[in-house]
Amino acid sequence: MALVTTLRRLVQNSLREYSRKASAVTWPTKQRSFSIGTQPLRSDNKVTVNFINRDGEKITVKGLPGDSLLDVVINEDLDFDGFGACEGTLACSTCHLIFDEEMYKKLGPITDEEMDMLDLAYGLTDTSRLGCQICLTKSLEGMVARVPESVADIRQTKDGSS
Amino acid sequence: VLIYTPALLFCCNSNELDVNLSRVFAGGCGKASLSSCSPKVCIVGSGPAGFYTAQHLIKVDIYERLPVPFGLVRFGVAPDHPEVKNVINTFTQTAKHSRCSFYGNVNVGKNVSITELQQAYHAVVLSYGAEGNRSMGVPGEDLAGVYSAKDFVGWYNGLPSCRELSPDLSCETAVILGQGNVALDVARILLSPIDILKKTDITQPTLEALAESQVRRVLIVGRRGPIQIACTIKELREMVNLPDTRPDMVAADFDGVKEALKDLPRPRKRLTELMLKTALEVPGEKEQERRSKASRTWGFRFFRSPVEVLAEPGHSRIAGIRLAINKLEGSGDGAQAVLTGEVEDVPCGLVVSSIGYKSLPIDPSVPFDSRKAIVPNTMGRVKQAAGLYCSGWLKTGPTGVIATTMNNSFDTARSILEDMDSGTLDMSAAKPGSQSISALLEKRGVKPVTFSDWEKIDNVEMKRGESRGKPREKLLTVEEMLHVAWT
Repeated sequence: MALVTTLRRLVQNSLREYSRKASAVTWPTKQRSFSIGTQPLRSDNKVTVNFINRDGEKITVKGLPGDSLLDVVINEDLDFDGFGACEGTLACSTCHLIFDEEMYKKLGPITDEEMDMLDLAYGLTDTSRLGCQICLTKSLEGMVARVPESVADIRQTKDGSS
Repeated sequence: VLIYTPALLFCCNSNELDVNLSRVFAGGCGKASLSSCSPKVCIVGSGPAGFYTAQHLIKVDIYERLPVPFGLVRFGVAPDHPEVKNVINTFTQTAKHSRCSFYGNVNVGKNVSITELQQAYHAVVLSYGAEGNRSMGVPGEDLAGVYSAKDFVGWYNGLPSCRELSPDLSCETAVILGQGNVALDVARILLSPIDILKKTDITQPTLEALAESQVRRVLIVGRRGPIQIACTIKELREMVNLPDTRPDMVAADFDGVKEALKDLPRPRKRLTELMLKTALEVPGEKEQERRSKASRTWGFRFFRSPVEVLAEPGHSRIAGIRLAINKLEGSGDGAQAVLTGEVEDVPCGLVVSSIGYKSLPIDPSVPFDSRKAIVPNTMGRVKQAAGLYCSGWLKTGPTGVIATTMNNSFDTARSILEDMDSGTLDMSAAKPGSQSISALLEKRGVKPVTFSDWEKIDNVEMKRGESRGKPREKLLTVEEMLHVAWT
């Protein structure tokens, strides 16, 4: 019986992983232009970005200057539930990211349009931005962006009572 | 797409998934049958709630009443907000994945009952949204010229059941009750220059009606004050910037608002500031000129509740609307509108009531809270109904944008997976799933529309739109849709 339970758990965890992966942001392939500029495409051109996901895990990836943080999430296949629903068109707030004060100041000006959508984000802070509007530059090397909870965790008691 | 898992499964095809599962269990426990490991789940409704719930389930069938999927993304989101509809891309990927099967043209509650679905599936998720609307509950509501926003929006978005709405746009003034984003959508569609609208997927009959429209003034009426307004800043900004229009507000409505600004959280503060600026600030020369040339006006009217729709004497057409004048008790979100006893009559020829959608019960076997108009549930688990779940507006009530519904649906899916894992959801008995439902439907002469059938409709619509410079020209009747689907 223990073996069955173990196997069942193993399979179900795998299935959940499968389900999570399959439900992760997947996009139709779009034309992506590489923002090379005048610099050769060397690996030291890349910008390191650290994401803190909703479980508190730190995920370190690299992106190219000119990529938006949403581009990075997509290109690196990062599994943030529901991230970037409107595909970077400032029609939602699901790419909401939170930065520390110092990094926030480096991110450049925010437009009214971005702020209008950011205003709708759950858990809005003074150092929040929308990932689709932040473009990487070398000066942002090593940045840390936290992915906040998208909704209040309404999980109550285990028996489901309100 | 190949999905690799640490252990035993190297496929994304759901049949192969079942086969591998049986191999595991045959090896591990001998007696365990294949079907006891294969959970069967179905979802009723293919709007955002349905699809976002599906995205977190391993294998799922989606049943949809119309031949076309996507619910309010297709029929609710305004034609001039195409970016909001980008979620269709992720839904399409989900639908085309082998682990998801779409069955359109199936009316759950009529062609097949919830009980029958529960016999075929371990879990049934109700995600059919809110197709009704709250009524004002005032005399004259049934007069010609009075429409619910739900129907008006359905009309300009090509919902088959709203095709015959044919609203009379031959009047100068339209009054919209309600000040949420849907109310602003209606105002914007009534006042937008045709040149802008004709490049959207708004329906052709609507475009023709709007081209002839005499509506020049739209009042958007709310019970409470500016600080309680329900719309969001993006939509307000669109009104402020709407070409060929100028704002027409009542300055007195904004007494005390400036003073209250400092205590407001940023989103509310910015929204209120924009309203104040639009209503009270003396515009610069350029803006002054723009306003003087504008041929159309729009404005908010606050502290007003409808008490009666007035008819033209001796006719059953609308001549105006009687509004009760309110005052506010309390402040902020919790402020209440209280009658003062005074009333005001506003002449108008079109009234659109935008005070909320409302869910309807689908099947007598499903618990329904008629006061809140939702299916009673705890975290998506329908109360007193094992194996029944709900997501989207049916679960929480008809407010919120697509992202709200997304989170809500992910939560329901999580509840289902938890219940499967813990054994709360009884999966000991094998269930036949779509096989038995398909057989039932066939017996009853109901032919489902598959997702590839929908893609034929999709292609025809896009092709028709191309020649008109529109993203698509929607098919407007179920008959046309089925004809294209099955030819």
